[in-house]
Amino acid sequence: MHDLSVAELALGLRAKHFSSTELTRHSLARINTLDTHYNSFITVDETGALAAAAQADARLANGDTSPLLGIPLAHKDIFCTEGLRTSCGSKMLDNFIPPYDATVTRRLREAGTVLLGKTNMDEFAMGSSNETSFYGAAQNPWNTQRVPGGSSGGSAAAVAARLAPLATGTDTGGSIRQPAAFCGITGLKPTYGRVSRLGMIAYASSLDQGGPMARSAEDCALLLNVMAGFDPLDSTSSERPTEDYSAGLEKPLAGLRVGLPREFFGAGLEANTHTRIRDALALLEQQGATLVDINLPHTELSIPTYYIIAPAEASTNLSRYDGVRYGHRCEAPRDLHDLYTRSRQEGFGDEVKRRILVGTYALSAGYYDAYYRKAQQVRRLIRQDFLDAFTKVDIIAGPTTPGPAFGIGAKTSDPLAMYLEDVYTLAVNLAGLPAMSVPAGHVEGLPVGLQLIGQHFAEARLLNVAHQLQQASDWHLQTPPEANV
Amino acid sequence: MRWDVVIGLEVHLQLATESKIFSGAATQFGAEPNTQACAVDLAMPGMLPVLNEQAVRYAVMFGLGIGADIGLRSVFDRKNYFYPDLPKGYQISQFQEPIVGRGHFDIQLEDGSVRRIGITRAHLEEDAGKSLHEDFHDQTGIDLNRAGTPLLEIVSEPDLRSAEEAVAYLKTLHSLVTSLGISDGNMAEGSMRCDVNLSLRPAGSDTLGTRAEIKNVNSFRFVEKAIHYEIERQADILESGGTVVQETRLYDADRDETRSMRSKEVANDYRYFPEPDLLPIIIEQSWVDSLRASLPELPRAKRERFIADYGLSPYDATVLAAQRPLADYYEAVVQACGDAKIGANWVQGELLGQLNRNGLELAQSPVSAEALAALIQRIVDGSISGKIGKQVFEAMWAGEGDADSIIEARGLRQVSDSGALEGMVADVIRGNPEQVAQYQAADEARRKKLSGFFVGQIMKLSKGQANPQMVNDLLTQQLDSASANGDS
Repeated sequence: MHDLSVAELALGLRAKHFSSTELTRHSLARINTLDTHYNSFITVDETGALAAAAQADARLANGDTSPLLGIPLAHKDIFCTEGLRTSCGSKMLDNFIPPYDATVTRRLREAGTVLLGKTNMDEFAMGSSNETSFYGAAQNPWNTQRVPGGSSGGSAAAVAARLAPLATGTDTGGSIRQPAAFCGITGLKPTYGRVSRLGMIAYASSLDQGGPMARSAEDCALLLNVMAGFDPLDSTSSERPTEDYSAGLEKPLAGLRVGLPREFFGAGLEANTHTRIRDALALLEQQGATLVDINLPHTELSIPTYYIIAPAEASTNLSRYDGVRYGHRCEAPRDLHDLYTRSRQEGFGDEVKRRILVGTYALSAGYYDAYYRKAQQVRRLIRQDFLDAFTKVDIIAGPTTPGPAFGIGAKTSDPLAMYLEDVYTLAVNLAGLPAMSVPAGHVEGLPVGLQLIGQHFAEARLLNVAHQLQQASDWHLQTPPEANV
Repeated sequence: MRWDVVIGLEVHLQLATESKIFSGAATQFGAEPNTQACAVDLAMPGMLPVLNEQAVRYAVMFGLGIGADIGLRSVFDRKNYFYPDLPKGYQISQFQEPIVGRGHFDIQLEDGSVRRIGITRAHLEEDAGKSLHEDFHDQTGIDLNRAGTPLLEIVSEPDLRSAEEAVAYLKTLHSLVTSLGISDGNMAEGSMRCDVNLSLRPAGSDTLGTRAEIKNVNSFRFVEKAIHYEIERQADILESGGTVVQETRLYDADRDETRSMRSKEVANDYRYFPEPDLLPIIIEQSWVDSLRASLPELPRAKRERFIADYGLSPYDATVLAAQRPLADYYEAVVQACGDAKIGANWVQGELLGQLNRNGLELAQSPVSAEALAALIQRIVDGSISGKIGKQVFEAMWAGEGDADSIIEARGLRQVSDSGALEGMVADVIRGNPEQVAQYQAADEARRKKLSGFFVGQIMKLSKGQANPQMVNDLLTQQLDSASANGDS
């Protein structure tokens, strides 16, 4: 059952080949036996899942044909779930049970999906390897000595190991695409404002965006169909109507102009990864696409720009975790200052503290103009690079990461080396664009991801290109050997 | 040495919206602690602000009321600091691009002179909660009901030169915002809170001295007292050769003094930056124009109209036009009774007097405008005298019914029957021969004075119900004829 696509699962449910309860038990059983290797879940909600499955079965029996009815899924532990612990990968929220749903979780609950549990992530989504999680790093199902990527590493690992057919993720600087690439699955970061941020715990408000993670573009489209849409409770959410993201998947690629940024194929890109990316691009070409070399001249600046803006926003977004109203509070505080400092010292891990400090510094009197204001100016240049490029090409393609998944512990002592991992993904968030990572083969048994970047609100086009690539390849169908049980 | 006083005021005005500026929670005063704080107000993880359009409307109305530039684009910023009653660890405020730019309004001083005071800016922000230090045994309680209440922070230019001017400024501002209906202006409940920036400079100098900021002075009287205290304190320092420290001070009403809270040198770095959870507020000029067209009449225009249309004195017009409820009440009285001047006297005299004596708001008055007008009509039509009218008013205040039924029940109708009055006049003249003799001996000027005695006696005899005009006429007639008879 776990090798079926979501569309096939939905057909099976409707045809009564199996019930949602059976499907859910199957997923829960796989989590129980396999996730001891991957640590991809922080919380598994067996009781809640079976109750939701029973409800779904009742709706199915009534002839309800909602596309995701009865389909199990996992939420990144950054999405608030009413009555179910939402930790954001942090000790700070280890005891936090939200009294409300995020808009994304509510929509998916109403669509009849079955929530299996909450997936592992870098603490407050700050990290590219899952190693900053308070709950220990998740492991890459293709090689458990390797990281699954981050911050949505748990969701990527869970889908890759076929523990859940669908998972949600969030992407602030690559946190959907990079783990999708490392784990060999398909992930989409939508246009900023396409998916509501309400109830999605904030890291960097102007960059955060939730999106679907699944094996295929087709499955991602089904999940995005439910996730996307205007939310009056999120002022940055777009009022632009959504489309049926499944409708245009079969469109042929003839005439598609694909831009290849020279800056994405330079010295930093590992040779084998480069080869895999070129192979995947050749498949697009075979289907009638034209490859065009383009420039995104400010790409290099996206790392310093991102690492000012994101920590600046994070430094104040995380001020609310003060030990006063919820979350971790230190034992026996002596006074207010002691309550604040010890609660935060104990509740936050090193990477979170590092970014709070960097962000606080960047916003401080006397430094604001040199850092934050300058970064916002560069951000506009980066965005303009893309807008200029899209006058010549329809989509932009390149590698998602410089190389495949690195070893656990390989970069933890060198934050800068870790930050460089994000060189191809950060600019997309700064520009607010939609982008995907699609499986594009393997290097030494580890998956490689092809990144596709679209114009604002061109999610349907991206999914169409990814789907056509997946019609001509089977990389996305490959299961990590250890999980193939 | 003579000093010039330089004062600028920052007023935090709570806007009278039903719900909070960034959430749907209610804003009523005095609810049980933490019953009006929703997940957004509590800064629960993942919660986001959504701007209340009514708060924007009120801010723009204020801007139009002071002739200010309206920011068609304005931006919210985060002001970062840690405090237990500030749940997010930042306050959403406006720093670089406020919604209301430069404007002004005029204040009138007691000597009748008028001064124009500049407004630097006014911006929207959210209120914090309250820390409760009592009843918690060395711990602090937090009430977040107030957190997220919309505030308009109104910053004046340093144009004020005395405590009197500062109070006049606040009273005019109060009158303006209540007339606009954008705030209840209730200072006791904290709807209007004032920070005073004050410095001294040698008389005639035009460089500014170092200022102290006095926080949270929350009544007109305290503003006056705090300013007097602070002027003296700074003058003492300067005159003994010292320098004023730039700092924040707190006014202690119990001791009538200001004292240092914290020095600005170690003040917070608020790390302002644009609030990424909210888009800039973009306002259409047409919306501003439609608000301008629907703006209620403001106190200044109302005052002019009262003088022109009702023939009121500038003083009466100022008092009656200052507060919209009172102005509306007054106009309802005039409408119903038809006499603007007598109406003005009654509203300002009896009505305000009773309200003040009983510590009531106008809305709590037991006598409605229509009821008062009905009473005034009985005075105008001669049914009762003004003096009896006051008795009737007191009975109305005590809830004994409307004017006509009280007049009827107490038999207070004025005696205008000339036959009955002639008899009374004759009785009084007969009973006071000595005074009649004096009257007859007196010259014209003195006669006028003496006639008062007779009027008094007649009113007494009639239990105040004699028609005073008729009494006067009859009295003069009879006394003159008596003296004519005596002469013959």
